[in-house]
Amino acid sequence: MPNLSAQSAPQQVGLVRRFTNAGATTFAVAAAILVLVPLLAIFAYLVIKGIGSVNWAFLTQTPKPPGEVGGGMANAIIGTGIILAVASVIGVPLGIGSGIYLAEYGRNRFGDLVRFTADVLNGVPSIVIGIAAYSLVVVPQKHFSAFSGGVALGIMMIPTVARATEEMLLMVPNVIREAAYGLGIPKWRTTLSISLRTASAGVITGCMLAFARVAGETAPLLFTAFGNQFWNLKLNQPTAALSLQVFTYAISPYDDWHKQAWAGALILIVLIVGAVAAVRITTSRGMLKGGS
Amino acid sequence: MGVGIEVRGLNAWYGKNQSLNSIDMTVAANHVTAVIGPSGCGKSTYVRCLNRMHETIPEARAEGSVKVGEMDVYGSGSDPVEVRRRIGMVFQKPNPFPSMSIYDNVAAGLKLNGFRNRKQMNELVERSLKLAALWDEVKDSLHKKSGASLSGGQQQRLCIARALAVEPEVLLMDEPASALDPISTSKIEELIFQLKQHYTVVIVTHNMQQAARVAEFTAFFLMGSLIEYDKTEKIFTTPADKRTEDYITGRFG
Repeated sequence: MPNLSAQSAPQQVGLVRRFTNAGATTFAVAAAILVLVPLLAIFAYLVIKGIGSVNWAFLTQTPKPPGEVGGGMANAIIGTGIILAVASVIGVPLGIGSGIYLAEYGRNRFGDLVRFTADVLNGVPSIVIGIAAYSLVVVPQKHFSAFSGGVALGIMMIPTVARATEEMLLMVPNVIREAAYGLGIPKWRTTLSISLRTASAGVITGCMLAFARVAGETAPLLFTAFGNQFWNLKLNQPTAALSLQVFTYAISPYDDWHKQAWAGALILIVLIVGAVAAVRITTSRGMLKGGS
Repeated sequence: MGVGIEVRGLNAWYGKNQSLNSIDMTVAANHVTAVIGPSGCGKSTYVRCLNRMHETIPEARAEGSVKVGEMDVYGSGSDPVEVRRRIGMVFQKPNPFPSMSIYDNVAAGLKLNGFRNRKQMNELVERSLKLAALWDEVKDSLHKKSGASLSGGQQQRLCIARALAVEPEVLLMDEPASALDPISTSKIEELIFQLKQHYTVVIVTHNMQQAARVAEFTAFFLMGSLIEYDKTEKIFTTPADKRTEDYITGRFG
């Protein structure tokens, strides 16, 4: 039978191949699960420890003095919101702007310098950024403020947003830009309305990554926003922030405060996830069938 | 209505490499002119010089005189953005804007140049899509579907509609059918035939049969020089230059 070997040979190869395939797939799935485990574990632990202290009072009241039971972190929740709003107003436009420069005009020495600086800034410890904001804003103003906290976090957002914007714009095929130039659309218009729009999904992801990263930062706020036991909605006054409040409560000697620290951490994570999800949902609403 | 094109002493460079050597060529208004030649002969560079797209490539530059109708393309006061608005271009690979709907793709050239009249824009979009023979296929999903969701042939007709919507006087086509299947190709060719009533069309093509089918005039380029330029029939039956004859009979290229 001349074709017996021809028939059996592929089957043997198939066995080895199938085995390798199964092994590689198992490894990939296991790696994916392993990545999920820490995140889910942290979240589950936070829920277990914190959910008991999350109630209406926690979300609507300011902290009670030590020794008194109850009170909440309403001022810190609002404070975190204010600080992050300031940070985003500074970090997102500056980051996107410099990302546009790097991608569309930055093929030169100066662009390389900016790129290098952004990468270094990305690696600067957050407490150092806090000191910078302290000497740039707090010292001249002579008092701690929500604004200075926002500046510190905003500076931290810039390199992430800038590099993400640059990468995403570079992924827009050049033929798309050529199509726009061919229609007599000026370069600035092409960059804003064609290239940036085509890259918008990735740019938004970059902004959300930067936002989520700074939302939980504590160190840069220690001597900028400083923290506050009372209500404050003014930008130029010391302001409470969830991360600061969690830090203060966690190292305190009171049992009640420890519970509240867990609850504060849980609320912080829920707010970050909520904000990211809200942006995702609103931005995906305008998407078209078959677009990219 | 289309206008004629007068090219005198056109030279083009990529860095230090000269890719066009003093081209002189007169393109007739409301006719289709084909540009043929082997790969790297400068035919794409040539049409990209006509609407100053050549200079958008880093290190690329061009010198010489190009007159499109009354417009001096390389004149001292000439604005490349304005030039490109009046000389439309269709590229080799269909390149619709992926983040825009079909309607927005066609309206892009108008909208992004500050055109605001809704009613007139609707009319222009419809007229352009009809001219590009795409209207019937997309009229129900103008706002719902992305330009990138169409098939390759439809995308290329969308790109033609997009170029027509800004009402140019000349339409440049850089191998518009080379990435398409035979049926889409014949649709595009039919379309080119229709378009010359309203526009002057210059088409670069690899495909000599295509040049013979659509163009009244044909120019043969070789190594950056214009070798022969005549009526298409003459070029393909009794070319004056030996090199043209060698090329069209398939001896090289």
